[in-house]
Amino acid sequence: MAIISLRQVSKRYPGGFEALRLVSFAVEPGEMLFLTGHSGAGKTTLLKLIAAIERANGGAVLVNGQNVSALRPAAIPYLRRNLGLVFQGQKLLFDRTVFDNVMLPLVVTGQPYREAARRARAALDKVGLLQREKANPVTLSGGEQQRLCVARAVVNRPAIVLADEPTASLDAAYADEIMEMFNAFNQVGVTVLVATHDRQLIGKYRKRVLTLDHGKLQ
Amino acid sequence: MRVWLQHHGLSLTQTLARLARSPLATALNVSAIGVALALPLGVYCVLGNLESWSRNASVDPQLSVFLARDAAKAEVAAVEARLKGAKGVSSVRFVSRDTALAELNRASGMEEVIASLPQNPLPDAFVVRLSTSDPALADHLELEFKSLPKVAYVQADSAWVRRFDALLRLGRTAVALLSALLGLALMAVTFNTIRLQILTQRDEIELCRLIGATHAYIRRPFFYLGSLLGLLGGLAALAIVLSGLTVLNRDLGDLAYLYGSNLHLRFPNSNEMISALLAAVALGWLGAYLSVSRHLLEADRD
Repeated sequence: MAIISLRQVSKRYPGGFEALRLVSFAVEPGEMLFLTGHSGAGKTTLLKLIAAIERANGGAVLVNGQNVSALRPAAIPYLRRNLGLVFQGQKLLFDRTVFDNVMLPLVVTGQPYREAARRARAALDKVGLLQREKANPVTLSGGEQQRLCVARAVVNRPAIVLADEPTASLDAAYADEIMEMFNAFNQVGVTVLVATHDRQLIGKYRKRVLTLDHGKLQ
Repeated sequence: MRVWLQHHGLSLTQTLARLARSPLATALNVSAIGVALALPLGVYCVLGNLESWSRNASVDPQLSVFLARDAAKAEVAAVEARLKGAKGVSSVRFVSRDTALAELNRASGMEEVIASLPQNPLPDAFVVRLSTSDPALADHLELEFKSLPKVAYVQADSAWVRRFDALLRLGRTAVALLSALLGLALMAVTFNTIRLQILTQRDEIELCRLIGATHAYIRRPFFYLGSLLGLLGGLAALAIVLSGLTVLNRDLGDLAYLYGSNLHLRFPNSNEMISALLAAVALGWLGAYLSVSRHLLEADRD
């Protein structure tokens, strides 16, 4: 059974702008795929629908067999605990350490402290930031900050990782590093959906690519 | 369960740290709440004192029962028995017409005038002390005694008691109104403080929602903040009221000494203090609840 499936999904914003039109596709568990298209094509909107940040106007968005668009508000937090989100503008908190930033998803979901701390360190180790755990994120470079976001997204061991332009504003070496991390997560069974307009980066992996053009899937 | 306690402990320490980080703003908020609460609490205390004074006032409520001039000894004794048997009477003192004349003589210095009278014009009388200053009781007894045989006239000095009672009732209503208004003010202060706090933590709240925080989780620290503000404000109010009473008591002590009496204002008892604190905490909590709920509702809408 598909872990994510969209059926005839449309999204229209107030004011009449149609961001998505009758989009349908399915993602198998453990798959990694890219979502591409020009800017404004609807990539971000599509990811937001899957994470229940926005609601579709028509069609069904199913995650793990649940219709996300029909979810009660009280059920949304529990959906999101299964998702690792790396979104643009999803800021790091600069009033606490690197370690505490990664701890946040575990604290929010009520993990016991010792177990949480162990997992947070493991996640930091995976993205190569373990020796910076006591630093303030503001002292990290752009690439390191993005790696920290990735660590925070995966620390809860989500079944699905959604990433929106995770390599934007990074130079090629850092971008490769980040994409390699997603690939590594995928190899241990995590379903990964990456939205990016960087065709060169996509070309390095032999993965399925979905292309959006003015809200329609090509 | 342990995780739940850990969560609450964390929220509480974070909230305390947040308050400590901006001591000036915290102090201002706390004193605003403190002053708002101190007013009704202070008036309440002073009223409570007036009430207890009126109960134990040195001028006990009493009725003067004057008998008809032609009352015979047996009839006087019958009236005395009825007076002593009435409910709510604490003591009955008989003032014979001769005693009354002698007293008048001594007190007025009108010996010549009195001596020139052909006979004693004063009637026998009873002074009846009542056990409480309840005006209804005084009214009731006055009517009852008037109907006794050979009773010519009953004079009640309960009018002042009744006026005082009405004044106290007015005062209590004023306290209730003041409490309601200033309770509203307290809620408004916490509402706004929490709103400001929410705005400064907007990113954090948004992020927490994205990583699966429930509404309860997001509300919790703000509940603590609101309740803590209420508690600190309540403590400030108690401090204001207690020090105010202490200062007043010092001056009142001097005044009372000059009048040879021992008058002082009673401090609120522990029950009253705890209720005031609980009310402050509840109002702070309510302000926080309204503020966070409003924000979450707005956030859910976008």
